[in-house]
Amino acid sequence: MKFIQELPVLIIVIPLIFALIIPLTGRLNRLIPWIIASTITFFCFLISISLLMTVLDTGRISYWLGGWEPPWGIEYAIDYLNAFVLVVVSFIAFIVSLYSKKSVEMEIDEDKTSTFYSVYMLFITGLMGIVITGDIFNIYVFLEISSLAGYALIAIGKKREALVASYNYLILGTIAATFILIGIGYIYMATGTLNIADLQERLPALFHSKMVLVALAFFTVGLSLKLALFPLHAWLPGAYTHAPSVVSCIMAATATKVGVYAMLRIIFGVFRIEFDIHFIPIANILIVVSSIAIIAGSAIAITQTNLKRMLAYSSVGQIGYIVLGAVLANQLAMTGSIIHILNHALMKGALFMVVGCIVYKTGIEDISGLRGMGKKMPFTMGVFTVAGLSMMGVPLTVGFVSKWYIAVGALHAGMWYLIPVIITGSLLAAVYVWRIIVNIYFPDELPEQALQYTDGGTEITDHESQYSEAPWIMLGPTMALAALCIYFGISATAPLYVAEKAAVMLLQ
Amino acid sequence: MADIIHIIQTKYYYLVVIFLMMIGLYATISSRNLIKKVIGINIFQISVFLFYIAMSKVKHGTAPILWDKSHVYDNPLPHVLILTAIVVSVSTTAVALALIINIHKEYGTIEEDMILEKQKLDIDRSNTA
Repeated sequence: MKFIQELPVLIIVIPLIFALIIPLTGRLNRLIPWIIASTITFFCFLISISLLMTVLDTGRISYWLGGWEPPWGIEYAIDYLNAFVLVVVSFIAFIVSLYSKKSVEMEIDEDKTSTFYSVYMLFITGLMGIVITGDIFNIYVFLEISSLAGYALIAIGKKREALVASYNYLILGTIAATFILIGIGYIYMATGTLNIADLQERLPALFHSKMVLVALAFFTVGLSLKLALFPLHAWLPGAYTHAPSVVSCIMAATATKVGVYAMLRIIFGVFRIEFDIHFIPIANILIVVSSIAIIAGSAIAITQTNLKRMLAYSSVGQIGYIVLGAVLANQLAMTGSIIHILNHALMKGALFMVVGCIVYKTGIEDISGLRGMGKKMPFTMGVFTVAGLSMMGVPLTVGFVSKWYIAVGALHAGMWYLIPVIITGSLLAAVYVWRIIVNIYFPDELPEQALQYTDGGTEITDHESQYSEAPWIMLGPTMALAALCIYFGISATAPLYVAEKAAVMLLQ
Repeated sequence: MADIIHIIQTKYYYLVVIFLMMIGLYATISSRNLIKKVIGINIFQISVFLFYIAMSKVKHGTAPILWDKSHVYDNPLPHVLILTAIVVSVSTTAVALALIINIHKEYGTIEEDMILEKQKLDIDRSNTA
């Protein structure tokens, strides 16, 4: 019984401790770091499921660190929203670490393997910390833990472009985090508290104050940088393109989602929705920005020749959907937005895993190099097709569920003019996904121009039509994500149930 | 006008903070040298630390220790927060410098323009090969 009560802190402490143990074990055997990372993330997943169940049974969990009563002590507060995000993050972390074995062996130097898993655990710790904590300064600290680990993860690969991409991310990420720190400073000056629940009670009395306005401005810009909302997305494509496949996978699937969570928590949890509407038109600004993000992200994705870079720009577009749903600020759109956190994690995770499989087998990252890959790697390409259809928002896949909710929510908010934006985003996604699917399955029907290879062009003939599938340890997790893409597309009741409760909680 | 002078007289420490913040941000954005960017980031972060320290000061306050001569204390909490933030800042700088060392090893320069040129050369080479 005692053990159950300590779960909220264990989900942070266990990966943190093992982040320090892994480098020591790496010397014994190369397999041990991978086994530990997979086991620990699996434990975290179990804990987060158990926390979600407890929240559904008994409501909000409040864990007092060191037994100090909030608002004086630090509180870990778990409600519907963060229990949901916690399950998503720990599940993706588990799936990706299972998948990572072969990919890491190939893309990362042997002597860096144990370091990689150590930093990976730190990264996961930081993300889960942001999600679980109920203290606004803790959000900053965990944000920096996960970001610093993220910079290291991007730079750990063998490509030299990765170093520059990581450096650019570091500069922008630090500016973002410092903006958030300024926001926290203002809000602390105004209220004298750092506890999120306490802030929520105290802030309404101070809504007319300029200090609170400035705080919100800093928070919005800082968080938009962190979650790569359109005009501030400059760090994302470089980072995702040049990082090792596993890292692109975990970052695309979890890091930006946690950024979105932080934005939801601060804009709707700390400041209330009345403030956002009555005192400053932040919701309107974000609606415009995220609409541009949806169109521009997807449109730029069409022009890319590098598969990873294309997926990165598509992420920029999909983040636009999540933010758009959230700032429409009605229950339906908010539900769509929250469930899109799960859905986008599933589909983008699957897509980047597919890229990892392709890179593992062939070393190709260029779209034109995928010609005829449907015969060579049928399972991998099957996953790509499912996740790609999901990205377009085809019915019976997860993408449809969330886009439907966001679209209906836009109608409810009386903003019918957002429907064309949502549909255009889907159509543009159809263009960039279809371009690849045609390349994979129907190589003969393409004009000669499209078949030009940019990466050396030497071993083109020998990877055509020979069956050579990625190893099962990579394929299994990838297919699991694709299966979930379909399963939650057909029967979305379970995530919808939690997402609806979270939306109601945020908007009350 | 009188308002502005009054603000300058009473809130000059915030002006210092804003001044430093702008120097830091400008240095980060405008310089093309990777090390100078890190210096800019550091100045920017330090201005925020000063902001926290300035707001924690209470008039005639002392350190929060039980003491006969004074019962007015400064707010210690922002000091503690900033200790944490300094640790974060130091580790960010460490990671940035480690990256710069590796960039220098790979590219032989830490000027952004030169690195961009070399990256373009890389792309051209892979296209023509």
